[in-house]
Formats: sequence, C-alpha cells, structure tokens
Amino acid sequence: MSFKSFNEIMDRIKTSNKPFWEVILEEDISESQMTRDEAMTKMSSLYLAMKAADDNYDKQLKSPSQLVGGDGEKIAVAVKKKAMLCGDFIGTVMEKAIKMGESNACMKRIVAAPTAGSCGVIPAVLLTYQEQNEIEEMKIIEALFVAAGIGEVIAHRAFIAGAAGGCQAEIGSASAMAAGAVVYLKNGDGDCIIHAAALALKSLLGLVCDPVAGLVEVPCVKRNVIGAVNALTSADMALAGIRSQIPPDEVIDAMRLIGNAMPISLKETSEGGLAITPTGLLIAKRLKN
Amino acid sequence: MNVFDIIGPIMVGPSSSHTAGAVKIGYLSNKLMGEKIKTAKIYFHGSFLTTGKGHGTDKAIIAGLLGMKPDDVRIPESFKWAQKEGMTFCFEGIELRDAHPNSVKLNLTGVSGRELEILASSVGGGNIKIFQIDGLDANFGGDFPTLIVHNLDKPGLVTKVAAMLSQKSINIATMQLYRSKRGGDAVMVLECDQEISPESIKWLEHLDGIRKVTYLSLEESA
Repeated sequence: MSFKSFNEIMDRIKTSNKPFWEVILEEDISESQMTRDEAMTKMSSLYLAMKAADDNYDKQLKSPSQLVGGDGEKIAVAVKKKAMLCGDFIGTVMEKAIKMGESNACMKRIVAAPTAGSCGVIPAVLLTYQEQNEIEEMKIIEALFVAAGIGEVIAHRAFIAGAAGGCQAEIGSASAMAAGAVVYLKNGDGDCIIHAAALALKSLLGLVCDPVAGLVEVPCVKRNVIGAVNALTSADMALAGIRSQIPPDEVIDAMRLIGNAMPISLKETSEGGLAITPTGLLIAKRLKN
Repeated sequence: MNVFDIIGPIMVGPSSSHTAGAVKIGYLSNKLMGEKIKTAKIYFHGSFLTTGKGHGTDKAIIAGLLGMKPDDVRIPESFKWAQKEGMTFCFEGIELRDAHPNSVKLNLTGVSGRELEILASSVGGGNIKIFQIDGLDANFGGDFPTLIVHNLDKPGLVTKVAAMLSQKSINIATMQLYRSKRGGDAVMVLECDQEISPESIKWLEHLDGIRKVTYLSLEESA
C-alpha cells in the first residue's frame, strides 16, 4: 500500500534514514513489483515526455473551439523583452505553464500530473528551475518521486479529480506536488517538503471546477499559472522557515470536506461558475451548433 | 495506487476521461475483435455526446479502433488514417439506461465479417470499464488478459474452460458469470494472470455449447 499520510512518510524517513524520494520509490516498488531500475527508467521517460511537450509547443495551434492557443507565446515575448513584473524566473514559469495547458487543449502529447487539466504546473516549475540552475536529470527524477508521493497521499485522503473535488483537487494538488518537489531541489528536508505542500494546498482550497462548455480550456489553462506560481511562493515560505499552523495531513482532510460540501454544479458539470456566465453560455451554445 | 497513477500517463490531450479513456475503449475493442475493423457504428451517451466533440472523443475512439494507444500523436488525424486503412465509421447519439455519463456503444464488423457489440464507460483518469459485450453484462477494465466465452447456460461448461486454463498453467485472477435467463445465453468473463495461446482459444471455440469466444490479449504484437 502507498502512504496514507504525510506522518507515515515522516516516520519512515526517520526509521530508515532515507530521503523523502527514496522512501516513496521503495514503498511503490514493493507494491508494483517493478524493479528499482524499471521505476527510475519509467520516471525518467515521464520527465523526458514533459520536456518534449514543452519543446514542441506550437504557437500557431488553436484548440478545436478556438478558445485557446497562442497565449504562451505572448508571455514568452514579454519575458524576452524583460517586461514582466514578476521577473525572468516567474515569467518563464508562467510561460511554460500556459504553453503546456494550451498544448493539452490542442490535442498534443502531454503528461497528466496529476491530471491532464493540471499538466502544466509541475513541468513549469521543475523545468524552469532546472534550466536556470543547471540541475542534473537524476535530481529532477527524484523530485518527481517527491511530487508523486505528495499526490498519492492527497489522492488517498481526498481526491485528485475535478469531478470529485473541484479544481482545488486538480490545480491545488498539482501545486502542492510542485511545491514539495522544488523544496527538494533546494535541499529542503521532509518537514519542509510537506509544509510547502500544505501551504500551497491551503491557498487554493475551495477552488471550483467550472469549465466553459465542459472543455479543458477556460479557465483551466490559465489556472495552471496560479498553480505553478503558488507552488513557488509556498516553497519559499517553507524554505524560509514558515510552517503551516494546520498540520499538512489535516489540510488535505479539509480539502476533502470542502470538496464534499461543494455543490455538484461546481464539480466539472459546467452548470455553475464561469460556465454559466452569459458569455460562458453563449460559447457553449455556439459550440453546440 | 501507484506513483505512475499520479504522474502519468503520457497521453494526447485534452482530457484523461474524454480523450485518453476513449482511445483505450477503442484500442481494447480492436484487440477484442482480433482482426482489422471494417465498419464501426459509434453511439455516444451522456457527457461523451454533449462535450465529446470539444474533447476530441470522436477522433480518440477512431484512433483506438485503428489500434492506436492514448499517447499516439496521430490521434488528432485519426479520421484520415481510418480512410487510409479502409475503415468506415459513423457517429450517433444514444440514451443508455443507467449508464455512466461517459459511455459509448460500439457496433463493429471485422474484415472477415465477424461482428462485435461493446458497451463501455470511461470512469476517470484514463481508466475504462467494458460493461456489456454482445448483449450480455460484463465488467472488466482491460488490465489483464481477458477471456470472454459466450455459451449456452448448461452444466459443465465452466469446468471445461477452467480445466483448460489449469492444464495450461494459467491462473484466473477474477471470474464473472452472467446469463440472460435459465438455460439461455450465458457469458463468462475471466481475467487471467497469463496470456492464453491462440490454439487454446480455437480449442474452446469448438467445444459443444460454446457460441463465441472473444479474447483480449495484452501482448503488443497480437
């Protein structure tokens, strides 16, 4: 069985004296019957697929609905001009997050992490950090195990699907996973990793899933940006020594309760929120015809 | 739950349920047919019908029926590939009773004239369930080599099938039995831990009381 709580992971780190990522890897292969090498190779292939998806962004593409496409390029231009309020690093993270979300909407090949709708968050953070800090590939693969371990606990205690728990379950989970992963890259310990994840998740609690016309486009693509940027601010808070006053496992439990209390109209059914604004409804009607 | 259920799969977007799941339904149907598909009638239900087009569910299903997997970059152009391969298809809407919102009914004909009807749902995260095959209930997700035997509801047939598997050292992971009525049409669905050879499938087809054998092989070359 995978870990059911961050507390279990922390206990294992203490008793085994192994790093966060290795504890996740070892628990996983004991269940999946993969060898250690196979699991590392598989994670490496996912990393390479993320990189390829980022490299293969096509600024000319538009989604079938015409709602999405070309926005990643706009940020890329602004970053090049040094015109971003957020600076180069966060600017590039934003660029990659939008690009990946757009590629997904345009039927390009991406890596669900944890879902297709939130596929931009983790690669935006990790690939940008890697490019600007010369991190070796192996360390990124280890960070992906950290991210996956955080995602497993969230999936077990709450959910990672918008239909089950709203957008907090998708973008919120992705943001928590990315926050923990980047803390690992900055050499933060297990405690720092889980608190970064908790701080990230807390800031996105309550986010609803209200896609216009039922498509993974509006607002999903741009929510990848807030997921990625929120991961960075949460990681910085944790690395600076800030800790979540609500223990990380309890934060996830809160997400479950919020998701359960969320009306069905705000859980991917397109019967609420942005989907039923006059413009949202107009778009849905246009696409039906 | 496995780490690769959280990070992964590699897939063509935009939706794990409406795109990747639809490809998988098509892909497994192609495997179950066991030969090239000549014509496909596709009936979309629920959310597949209402938001399928924007998610490329139509292209995804066709890609799967042509044998493509969820990460195949040819998925957006699957209609062109279907034309190249000589597969014809049409789409319609349908209201399936008590079905999951993301469901589809497929009526398929193979190049040899073999026919197959499949009802399947995409249940989230790219996972699927086949819940009816040739008019009888079933419940499997295509994660194991799966043997589907349609037979007359009479004593002894389950034993014969199980004995054959036992003789070939094939372990049964799960087993389901359904029938239309006592003495009528029945179906057994067996998910196995090992692959079953084509010869064993042929042997089963010739048994008295067995009407049709369908086999889902997970081997790449099959």
